[in-house]
Amino acid sequence: MNMTVNGRDVELPDHVTTVRDLLDHFKLNKELAIVELNQSILDKSIRDDAALSDGDRIEIVQFVGGG
Amino acid sequence: MTERYSRQVLFPPIGQNGQEVLRDKHVLIIGAGALGAANAEMIVRAGVGHVTIVDRDYVDFSNLQRQNLYTEQDAIDRLPKAEAAQKRLAALNSDVVIDAVTADADPEFFKNILSGSAVDLIIDGTDNFDIRFVINDAAQKYAIPWVYGACVASGGLSLFIIPGKTPCLHCLMDTIPQAGATCDTAGIISPAVQMTASAQTAEALKWLTGNIDSLRGTIFSFDLWTNHFSSVDAAKLKKPDCPSCGANPVYPFLSYELSTKFAVLCGRDTVQIRPSSIKKRDLQLLSESVENSADITHKNAFLISFKKDTYTITAFQDGRVFIHGTSSIDESKKVYYQYFQ
Ligand SMILES: [Zn+2]
Repeated sequence: MNMTVNGRDVELPDHVTTVRDLLDHFKLNKELAIVELNQSILDKSIRDDAALSDGDRIEIVQFVGGG
Repeated sequence: MTERYSRQVLFPPIGQNGQEVLRDKHVLIIGAGALGAANAEMIVRAGVGHVTIVDRDYVDFSNLQRQNLYTEQDAIDRLPKAEAAQKRLAALNSDVVIDAVTADADPEFFKNILSGSAVDLIIDGTDNFDIRFVINDAAQKYAIPWVYGACVASGGLSLFIIPGKTPCLHCLMDTIPQAGATCDTAGIISPAVQMTASAQTAEALKWLTGNIDSLRGTIFSFDLWTNHFSSVDAAKLKKPDCPSCGANPVYPFLSYELSTKFAVLCGRDTVQIRPSSIKKRDLQLLSESVENSADITHKNAFLISFKKDTYTITAFQDGRVFIHGTSSIDESKKVYYQYFQ
């Protein structure tokens, strides 16, 4: 599947079909992530199971603790 | 003095009116590390009338690469950051009343400062989630907006939080995250600090001058190395039943049992100990009691550092102690109780 993640065009392996898979693929901490799918923010309760499609535009914001 | 702010007054959204409004505002900056120092410099130069800056740490050589208020001499003298910041900020703008507090910004601190004086805005200049969740609850309880900012490596993010209006930090994160990159593990470059602080201070100036409609209202995040910038609208994530900002708030991070607190300072190979009853420590007395058994390396009006075996122990006037040379709570306890009760 081809998608745009944080402004970059990426090709993802076939097993990446949900937001959960995507976060795992990039080894991102789910507690810290806010995900926007095609410019619509995903509520945490449905986020991880949200299905991905070819051509999706995804924005992942990672909260960080540093400063 | 009118000359000083002339360029800022020329900027129409602020103007002469906005400039006068700024003089009557009180901003509380939590943390005087990289973000705190960068925000503080801009806020003080802009002419906000009253700034309180609080920090628990002292200046170290590893700070000088990005913490813009400090000098080599501050690191040599091991000045507490709040004191060093006040000295520098006062030299930058004598119009501004600057209060320095060397302490942990714990629930008690927030209660004292926020119930006792009119604070218009809290700026997050901290470096960990624990304290941000305390700020978040205090801001909700006392109905004061705060501006979250955080950065690591070459990126950062910022969000302006208005009680009763926007989602709070707790709406966006269910619990205090136990993991995540920090400046001590992933490093940080100074432009990431300045960019994050600029995003925070811009929102601060909008809020303080009443330019509410210009507030961004989104989570701003960026990475200066991968050249990605984003603005995500999180308004829909506000939770009606949030324990911090919902219909029946309990402010969970303001309640904590009174006990001696041991906390590992991330990546610093240091444990902080905060005694249960915070009282002023008599540094002279302490220095006399340890000088025969340990090697005193630093001593100033605010703290004493001494070496014992492979550890360096720093005792602050406000009661806190740092044990450097360990990231183990158990090990630090042994060392701590050798010198302190
Ligand atoms: Zn909330």
